Amino acid sequence: MADVQFRFRNDEPVGDPGVTVDAFGEQSNASAVRLEPGDDARDLLPHLDRIRLIEVNFPVFGDGRGYSAARILREAGYGGELRAVGEVLVDQIAHMRRCGFDAFAPEVPLDPADAEAAFARYGDVYQPTTDGRAPIWQLRHG
Amino acid sequence: MYKYDTYDQAMVDARVAEFRDQVHRRLEGHITEDQFKPLRLMNGLYLQLHAYMLRVAVPYGTLSSAQMRMLGDIADKYDRGYGHFTTRQNIQYNWIKLEEAPDILADLATVEMHAIQTSGNCIRNTTSDQYAGAAADEVVDPRPYAELIRQWSTFHPEFNFLPRKFKMAVIASETDRAAMRLHDIGIRILRNAAGALGAAFYVGGGMGRTPMIAPCIRDFVPIDQMITYSEACLRVYNRYGRRDNKYKARIKILVHELGKDEYTRQVEAEFAHLLTQNIEPPGAELERIAAMFADPPFEAGVPDSFERSDPAFALWADTNCLPHKRPGYIAVTISLKPAGGIPGDASADQIRLMADLARDYSFDELRVTHAQNIVLPHVRKADLYAVWQRLEAAGLGTANLDRIGDIIACPGLDYCSLANARSIPVAQKISQRLAPREQEIGELKLKISGCINACGHHHAGHIGILGVDRKGVENYQLSLGGCEGADTSLGQITGPGFDEDGIVDAVEKATQVYLANKQGSERFLDTYRRVGMAPFKEALYG
Repeated sequence: MADVQFRFRNDEPVGDPGVTVDAFGEQSNASAVRLEPGDDARDLLPHLDRIRLIEVNFPVFGDGRGYSAARILREAGYGGELRAVGEVLVDQIAHMRRCGFDAFAPEVPLDPADAEAAFARYGDVYQPTTDGRAPIWQLRHG
Repeated sequence: MYKYDTYDQAMVDARVAEFRDQVHRRLEGHITEDQFKPLRLMNGLYLQLHAYMLRVAVPYGTLSSAQMRMLGDIADKYDRGYGHFTTRQNIQYNWIKLEEAPDILADLATVEMHAIQTSGNCIRNTTSDQYAGAAADEVVDPRPYAELIRQWSTFHPEFNFLPRKFKMAVIASETDRAAMRLHDIGIRILRNAAGALGAAFYVGGGMGRTPMIAPCIRDFVPIDQMITYSEACLRVYNRYGRRDNKYKARIKILVHELGKDEYTRQVEAEFAHLLTQNIEPPGAELERIAAMFADPPFEAGVPDSFERSDPAFALWADTNCLPHKRPGYIAVTISLKPAGGIPGDASADQIRLMADLARDYSFDELRVTHAQNIVLPHVRKADLYAVWQRLEAAGLGTANLDRIGDIIACPGLDYCSLANARSIPVAQKISQRLAPREQEIGELKLKISGCINACGHHHAGHIGILGVDRKGVENYQLSLGGCEGADTSLGQITGPGFDEDGIVDAVEKATQVYLANKQGSERFLDTYRRVGMAPFKEALYG
């Protein structure tokens, strides 16, 4: 399992690896779960209060289902760690951050300077998400 | 026209810096071609057969003269002195060097232009009616809604890695001049019985190897929920569109496999949820944008007719110009389809001339059409002759709008690495052969694709031609009866294909069958629909 390279949280990281969504349903004490692209994030919504870590796997960077999964979880009020794992590349991390990911464990570690530049690249954004940034239309109209 | 504010400008400037960095990392070998490919594609940079091709976005086909002039200058500075206008109302350059691509984007950014999302599995350039703001039949100008979609879809963080590319079109009149129902999402802005503005959503249309006409999934979304509804359509697609087979990955397959009703049910459920998330831009934002699309200062009391004594001019005016909503004005289509020419190509000098004409005669505006022509939307009838003389002198006076020589053709095997057959030489031969009889044949939309991806829209051609590879030899299939617009239909294949010269003969035969069977003022399409395929088959294969 790859190490967490970037984390935008202050709480203690969960050490346990995430269990599959199926196993999670059967293990009432699990607090970490791993979502694969084909899993339905909404299956987790009834259990959000006991989850501290959700890993969203990107087996290939071009499979974008994890972005929707992340937003669905955040829109439902999930406040625990949301970690992108797998083929997480430097040019995707800013989009992932905006969709609600707050931890990144790339399979191949990223160049720290490139990653820092990527996170900071776009000062303002057109769309509201749950990342807390005001969209440009709000900046325009207050 | 829309003008960038500091936020819009900062966005494209940041993009230039980002792409410069990405190209640098590629040239230094820090990223592999596989990793670089989706990044360059999201900037419209393709690796073609001979060189890189850069596709520049022209949002909803609207350009100022300064933007058009820059497109001409880029053709000279970075390409071989010409550009190619595309069926998504964009322009592409075919001879680009990778190391110069960031400089081109920087030049574009100085005139509020970019190449963002002109490729890749993301939301592409939103297209619209090329006569927006000039057409007499529009409910409102559709472009403010297209601009709202442009901003919403630009770097939308959730939708950068969709199953496949995603194309949207917005119109606001009953007559569809943008092939709206052949898009992933087609939106028609309209008023309901109570007079309120809203959007009808048509989802799951497209061409490609499985052409489909989009069904209407909601006939009225209140205008202040249009973005939210779009987001719901996209989210369902992003989650459930097929990713196992790129040929089944477009949203049309999802809508088809789920069925329109089930897809709609899922969208409505997502929509209900997203309405709680406050993602819709406020009405004030739409008003801000719409104010920039207010009518230009049209003059009242200008002459509503023009001198027709020059027969060549009168023919061009009757063929290429459309009525305008204001008396004394007319919308001019400049054909980029001279007989024997390459459809959609224009030289740098021609591009700059069109920019000058827009500045001098059309309130500084031009449009690119999905049929690969250029429109001067607001010309005074009193100026029409002067405009024509300057076009004619520059080789841009061809009178063939919607005639058989006004061919849509993809770049084909001359440029494209996906193509199976050449499109351009076939277009050139057909227009050369049939140009002399163009006026007699009348309206006939001929469209050519060099492979099954259908970039040349052959399914929607009154006459469609599809180039295929048959055991290493280029072979061309003929189809008849396709149509875009209000009565959208898909063409039917006539039978076995033809070789390059054979397809030119076959097209000519089809026009002869039409002329022999034509009743009254029937167009080719009308006659075909009335008499059916049989007489055409008989002439072609009998």
